[in-house]
Amino acid sequence: MTLGGWLLLITSLTVVYGVAIWCYVQVLGAPPPDHQDH
Amino acid sequence: MSTSHQTEQWASRLGVILAVAGSAVGLGNFLRFPGQAAANGGGAFMIPYFCALILLGIPIGWAEWTMGRYGGQRGFHSAPGILGVMGGRVLRYLGAIGVLIPLAVSFYYVFIEAWCLVYFWGFLSGSFDVSRAGTDFASQSQASAAFYSSVTGVARDGALFDLSSSSTLPFWAFAFAINLWLVFRGLSKGIETFCSWAMPAMAVCALIVLIRVLTLGTPDPMKPDQNVINGLGYMWNPSFAALGNFQTWLAAAGQVFFTLSVGFGVIINYSSYMRRRDDVVLSGLTASATNEVFEVGFGGLITLTASYIFLGLSGTVAAVATGSFGLGFTTLPVVFAQMGPAGQYIGAIWFFMLFLAAITSSLSMYQPTLAFLQESLGLTRKPATGVLALVALIGSLLVLWFTGDGVFWNTLDFWVGTFLLFVMAGIQIVCFAWIFGLDRGWASAHEGARMRIPSVFRFIMKYVAPTYLVVVFVGFCVQNLPDSLRAIAQSPSAQLALLLIATVTAGLLACVRVGEARWRREGRDLDGLRPLHGDPHHAVHEKVAR
Repeated sequence: MTLGGWLLLITSLTVVYGVAIWCYVQVLGAPPPDHQDH
Repeated sequence: MSTSHQTEQWASRLGVILAVAGSAVGLGNFLRFPGQAAANGGGAFMIPYFCALILLGIPIGWAEWTMGRYGGQRGFHSAPGILGVMGGRVLRYLGAIGVLIPLAVSFYYVFIEAWCLVYFWGFLSGSFDVSRAGTDFASQSQASAAFYSSVTGVARDGALFDLSSSSTLPFWAFAFAINLWLVFRGLSKGIETFCSWAMPAMAVCALIVLIRVLTLGTPDPMKPDQNVINGLGYMWNPSFAALGNFQTWLAAAGQVFFTLSVGFGVIINYSSYMRRRDDVVLSGLTASATNEVFEVGFGGLITLTASYIFLGLSGTVAAVATGSFGLGFTTLPVVFAQMGPAGQYIGAIWFFMLFLAAITSSLSMYQPTLAFLQESLGLTRKPATGVLALVALIGSLLVLWFTGDGVFWNTLDFWVGTFLLFVMAGIQIVCFAWIFGLDRGWASAHEGARMRIPSVFRFIMKYVAPTYLVVVFVGFCVQNLPDSLRAIAQSPSAQLALLLIATVTAGLLACVRVGEARWRREGRDLDGLRPLHGDPHHAVHEKVAR
């Protein structure tokens, strides 16, 4: 495994897992949607 | 107004995200992605991959989520109904492609799902063990290829109906029945409930296999090069020279495009069951991010690493050359056999995970057709499920009979599951950004959104994504069309597959015609000319004539 391989692997995993975790924190932490239209 | 309007909704905001992510996560995440990456620059492949994700996959996905929710608020849940509301009559008929794709793909996808079940059962029960064929790789590979042939019936047409040599049919019947039962139970009770446990279960299975693979070390001291680190290096070591090759960019865009299920007719259907102020921006991003975790975070670490550790460089290169199915169903069983007694259970977990990946996708293929039958023919869920079951059964039986060389289902896969996917995605992004109008679409997307889409995506959605799509589509056609057209000219099975596609298309167009007349009779706003209560953007952009 070259240094470039490690860098790309770690960067890719950080981006992918980082975005996913951020998204789920937002989704699960969001207040219930406004249902005035119903 | 119609009394046949469907009032189904997702029970939770997480439910629709997991259902869309379940639709997107399929065999391609674990088998196609690593093969594509390894063949196109290794780690360097991730640069065009992430570019395509940002410029193509995510923006078209956001457009599809927004259009689906918009159409759903007007009582439409199928692509023809939704596109008609957004862009008028021509788009309503073109929307039939958004029903054709999931329906026709389901004809062969449930078949592949049955393969996963056969392999799962084979490993769990110990009835499929290639190590019995001998200790050398050649004998084991031969045994594995023979098993694959018996499961898929590629040797000749009708092979699967010889129950003494193949056990695929009972497993297919089981998979088909489960799919229909879950779809019949309804959106929330069936699809949402199933995906809510299947997605976490899939992640747990993937994690178990990943941990096992990453802790293999150097299993054969006589072959010190065949270790975990070098296995990861095979997939991730970058070859930056590949970035100068158009093929690399084409492969990356194609992979992103197929993995996210955009243009498939599923997202537009699923998001139509959202409430008006449910967040489509965050939901779309979260579903895509979930798909990427399975693709990069699991698929990118497991498949080729395991293969390299036991088969070495030459064996893995040869495995990748056999394509996704060769890698997944012929090579990996040989790899699991090298893991000792635990290999039997790791193999069972792996194929159960692939089965979950497949069934969460196939479920999403039936729902758009069901919604379309209900709203176009005015059927309730029960008779609509009956019609769907009949059509799906006929299509599936043709796939199950014409298995020789895999030509029949490969033809379906090429023309419907690949070619028309580009067409549908193109129609959707043009509809969203140019016909419905970007300003209106942008405002609609942000209704109830907790996060704002960066403004640069206005430019991306209007100009970059459509152009990117056209370039990838042209490149795809240049690469593949000549061979596919030649195959059609030479193969009666391929011609029959095209006839099936044409017949289903004709039936769907007839249903659009019937639905159109019904919706007009019922006084429904099928061209989207009337403002929805509380829609401040409609009056400004109202189309007087279409």
